[in-house]
Amino acid sequence: MTNQNFNIPAKAKTVSLVLMVIGALAIIAGGITMLGSDHTATRFWASLLQNSVFFLLICVASLFILSATSLAQAAWIVAFRRIPEAIGSIVWILGVIVFAILLILILTDNTHIYPWLEEGHIPHNGRNGLKHFFLSRGFFLFWSAFTVAAWGWLGHKISDISLKMGKDKEGSVKLFWKNFNYSAAFLFVFAITLASTIPWLWLMSIDAHWFSTMFSWYTFASSFVSGMSMIMLWMLYTKRHGNLELVTDEHVHDVGKFMFAFTIFWTYLWFSQFMLIWYANIPEETVYFKIRMHGPYSFFFWINLVLNFVTPLLILMSAPAKRNYFVVSVVAIIILFGHWIDFYQIVMPGTVGADWHLSWYEIGVVCGFVGLVIFLVSNKLSKLPQIPENHPYLKETVIHVS
Amino acid sequence: MAIKKFATATYSDEAVLFDAVKKTRGEGYKIHDVYTPFAIHGLDEALGYKVSDLHVAGFIYGLTGTCTALGFMGAIFTTWWPQNFGGKPHFPLPAFIPITFELTVLFAAVGMVLTFCYLCQIMPGVKKHIFNPRQTDDKFVMAIEVNDSNAGAVEGFMKTTGAEHTDVQVAEADWWYGLWSNKEDYEESNNTQTQEVI
Repeated sequence: MTNQNFNIPAKAKTVSLVLMVIGALAIIAGGITMLGSDHTATRFWASLLQNSVFFLLICVASLFILSATSLAQAAWIVAFRRIPEAIGSIVWILGVIVFAILLILILTDNTHIYPWLEEGHIPHNGRNGLKHFFLSRGFFLFWSAFTVAAWGWLGHKISDISLKMGKDKEGSVKLFWKNFNYSAAFLFVFAITLASTIPWLWLMSIDAHWFSTMFSWYTFASSFVSGMSMIMLWMLYTKRHGNLELVTDEHVHDVGKFMFAFTIFWTYLWFSQFMLIWYANIPEETVYFKIRMHGPYSFFFWINLVLNFVTPLLILMSAPAKRNYFVVSVVAIIILFGHWIDFYQIVMPGTVGADWHLSWYEIGVVCGFVGLVIFLVSNKLSKLPQIPENHPYLKETVIHVS
Repeated sequence: MAIKKFATATYSDEAVLFDAVKKTRGEGYKIHDVYTPFAIHGLDEALGYKVSDLHVAGFIYGLTGTCTALGFMGAIFTTWWPQNFGGKPHFPLPAFIPITFELTVLFAAVGMVLTFCYLCQIMPGVKKHIFNPRQTDDKFVMAIEVNDSNAGAVEGFMKTTGAEHTDVQVAEADWWYGLWSNKEDYEESNNTQTQEVI
């Protein structure tokens, strides 16, 4: 069995470069035409914020599944763990982009995106002390920098350990436990950032008066199911071009199960957040859903449920569908698109309000980020050997039956 | 209820049993069933069993639960006894979702358990013939249905598959409902040989 590097067709690079050029042109053109007035500048920044955060979070999901399976000592992922490793090792680049955008928003006091930047937006009374600390420029930037740095460093480290394991047969068990410890560290960082504070800071503070304790989990579920879909797409794409001979229908079935299960998990969290607010009917809480459900965003509100719940649920329910490469690819694309829409309707109502756009600029920015992710991941993959050699669970993953 | 004749072979190791199952099927014998004290991975494939349609039954049960919950609550709160709860509409779908979900899961779970029990012929009070008392302990038993003319030949073949014990038994092929005392009645009437313990 030869262990070559991933063989990514040159076409992928061409397509990603074209997409990145489209994205760059859209951002430049958007910058020229929109940054002039406050009103249009909000559209410019809101779209950049939405896309950068979305693509960062779905890449971080790869690190999460790697860490979780490392701690669970799961063997099924070993056959294709190079894919999440490659996605995880580019987290720092997307992290830098997100941080740069956040830095500009904070330093320019962009109150259209983050209204709490305005003095007095959150009233000074006895009960808001901690909230003033949490939504302050210093804490926001410090915590974002810490998060991005920790994710990027751990993502690089996990990929690095795996590469070292391939070259070091004697030390592989030792490196396995080293990876175990770093995975535990990542999950701790993940718990205090993405699973709790980061979605509050980056996304929920757009509606600074509204809060939901479910919000972070909801964002996590959204990013995780999209992240698994992205892993699925990379896995099938590289396999189609003659890579990953160890990956069988059983591994595809397992990733398909994750897509199916976390579709339902996302709906569960979405509904738990929605139903309590709907039932309690307290004005300061329902204001969040009023604009989304009955206002100008009602289309996105319903299409969100159709794309992210009904479609994957019905299509992926049967076992043969989860083993059919074509079906899971189509559903993966639907899920990725659906959760992009989900992030769209998280960010846009609180920023651009009723004046939403989904035209050349937004599509251009998406193209840019898709191209960037394709470029970075395929670049990284072409430097990685396909098979995680010397991994203690390599045999177990070959004979794996889902 | 059908009394039939079976040739049985007892094995003491699942590796031997696997080879025996493959060899027996390779020779064209139709295996009635294999009894093992624990679940053996891959034995169902070796026996040529297909994936059952239990999950389709589960889907239908779940759908029944969904319709029951929504239909019942809808009928009550819109027609039979409409009331105003905090200004909510008479058919407040979000408030019904948790109950609908629970009933869907309940119907699917209970229905699938009962269907599974029926398919596997295990129910409280249901009895089956035991070819070898140690098949629930540490032995693996394979049974092939035979008739008077080929019983000897099949038993002879089984001896070549590594069985540590073979015999021919006349037994009830299906399950029956009732107490074990009923079994004695039918054993007497059908003159079943008492199984000797190896």
